[in-house]
Amino acid sequence: MTSFFTPQRKQQAGFIVLGIAALVVVMPIIVILIYVIQAGLPALSWEFLSTMPHNGMREGGILPAILGTIYLTLCTALFSIPPGVAAAIYLAEYAPDNSWTRAIRIAMTNLAGIPSVVYGLFGLGLFVIFLQFGTSILSASLTLSIMTLPVIISTAEQAIRAVPTHFRTVSISLGASRWETIHRIILPESMPGIITGIILGLERAAGETAPILFTGATFFLPRLPHSLMDPTMALPYHLFVVSTQVPGMPVKIQYGTVLVLLAFVLTMNLSAAVIRSRARARRKW
Amino acid sequence: MKQTNFQTLFQPEKQDQEESPQPKPTDSLSERIITLLIRSSGYLSILFVSLICIFLLKEGMPALLNVPPASLFGMTWYPIEGYFGILPLILGSLLITVSAVFIAVIFGIATAVFMSEVAPNWINEILKPLVEILAGFPSVVLGFIGILALSPSLRILLNLPTGLTAFTGALLLGWAAIPTIVSVSEDALNSVPRSYREASLALGATPWQTIWGVTLQAARSGILTGVMLGIGRVIGETMTVMMVTGNAPVIPASLDALFMPVRTMTATIASEMGEVAKGSTHYQVLFLIGIILFLFSLIINTVVFVISSRRLSHSDRLLS
Repeated sequence: MTSFFTPQRKQQAGFIVLGIAALVVVMPIIVILIYVIQAGLPALSWEFLSTMPHNGMREGGILPAILGTIYLTLCTALFSIPPGVAAAIYLAEYAPDNSWTRAIRIAMTNLAGIPSVVYGLFGLGLFVIFLQFGTSILSASLTLSIMTLPVIISTAEQAIRAVPTHFRTVSISLGASRWETIHRIILPESMPGIITGIILGLERAAGETAPILFTGATFFLPRLPHSLMDPTMALPYHLFVVSTQVPGMPVKIQYGTVLVLLAFVLTMNLSAAVIRSRARARRKW
Repeated sequence: MKQTNFQTLFQPEKQDQEESPQPKPTDSLSERIITLLIRSSGYLSILFVSLICIFLLKEGMPALLNVPPASLFGMTWYPIEGYFGILPLILGSLLITVSAVFIAVIFGIATAVFMSEVAPNWINEILKPLVEILAGFPSVVLGFIGILALSPSLRILLNLPTGLTAFTGALLLGWAAIPTIVSVSEDALNSVPRSYREASLALGATPWQTIWGVTLQAARSGILTGVMLGIGRVIGETMTVMMVTGNAPVIPASLDALFMPVRTMTATIASEMGEVAKGSTHYQVLFLIGIILFLFSLIINTVVFVISSRRLSHSDRLLS
């Protein structure tokens, strides 16, 4: 007599359980996206996007927070892309297989895993206090840059390593120097991958709150920041403020802020995905 | 894994070095400067990890001198009165981390196995972008969802006095850690050679038995890497826990503690650093908590590094 649990039945049951688990993971994502769009869209207006908040942030728009996040993201890009891509070139093209390179890789793994609030402490200690940049866009974006660096380095290195070896051999045999080969052949070929990595790193930086809490974000500013040395409002911190710190906050403004922040971050996510899939389709090797 | 970089290209085997053509020497000045910049950028990671270490120690170590050990390792965190017991905060972090990782591991590995072994392509085309979207959710957004949707429903569902509990935080953090575990585990599962699965199926095992007996076993170390990275992500999570766990610095003594408010190390730093005077004892203790967090992440990530580099050499041996 065969038992009820034949291997086939077990397999069917198992596959169904796995499918349900995956469904439980992704369903809330869809629900949240739909809900946030539904609840947030009515709040969105030109006025909401383009005016200063007033009456204790319970009225008006979120312009300074939007601009602040754009400033922070741009400065982070400026500070993190050149050294990040250079480090990736070093690791992919120059680094010998020795214990120093091993140490760099251990440091990178660790840098990628340090909690964001610890980056905030570090930024406070180094940029705000020791270098006397104060709580400013400069301090905050330098802190975010160091946090973004490992993401950029590791994705850019992978992209550079994916360029086939014969591209290098051919270029060298035609008389090009090492830098000419990198500059003219390898970087252009690996550019889509590098850009994808940069966008993913910046996406993380744009959504972070903890590293900018004590380095550059501020609760409220009556005017827009004028220079790199001014503190700034930022979307993620503003969302924290309107959802926990201000009593009697209209829900409409909260949902509007979530929607703008999610749109900002997910647009970056989407553009990275588009660049990646386009590059894959166009690749000749 | 074969290293295809310039090192292998420029340094051929020792014996035929004389005949092999040398690349054009890096002669021009600008090229030499660029090479120097690239080389020094390579070492930036080491520089920054050391700087982080130095500045955390510089600001945080004086706490050990200024706060008596009995207070520091006491059970009470009440900085205004000079009680700097960090134990409740460490235990709060551990409680949330353990329960969140428990959730994330079960659902994360199940999802990864489903995506790489079971689901047809068209389902993956939908699942993958969704998991990536979840990975991109800023932690304040998760906290916001926790406050507005999750905690009120948990309060009613479980009949609790408040919905802002350790459990609420654990659910959200566990969910947020799933993409990390899924993407690393899925890579590991996909890199298991086809021949392993084919051999198992040819011996008469069902696909289900093959998944558990062969594929998961072969991908074990990769999955472990994903789980460790997930732990690192959960323990360092700040904004979500600060918004949804109720922020009560009490020792989680029994199992019900999961359904009461707690406070983690990260939330304590984030919520109190803004209000302390620079250089005060309270400030130094907050940095000391930062040092403890840094040490946790150092241990976790060094383990990750060791596992993943061992995995590489192991698979080199297997696949060569």
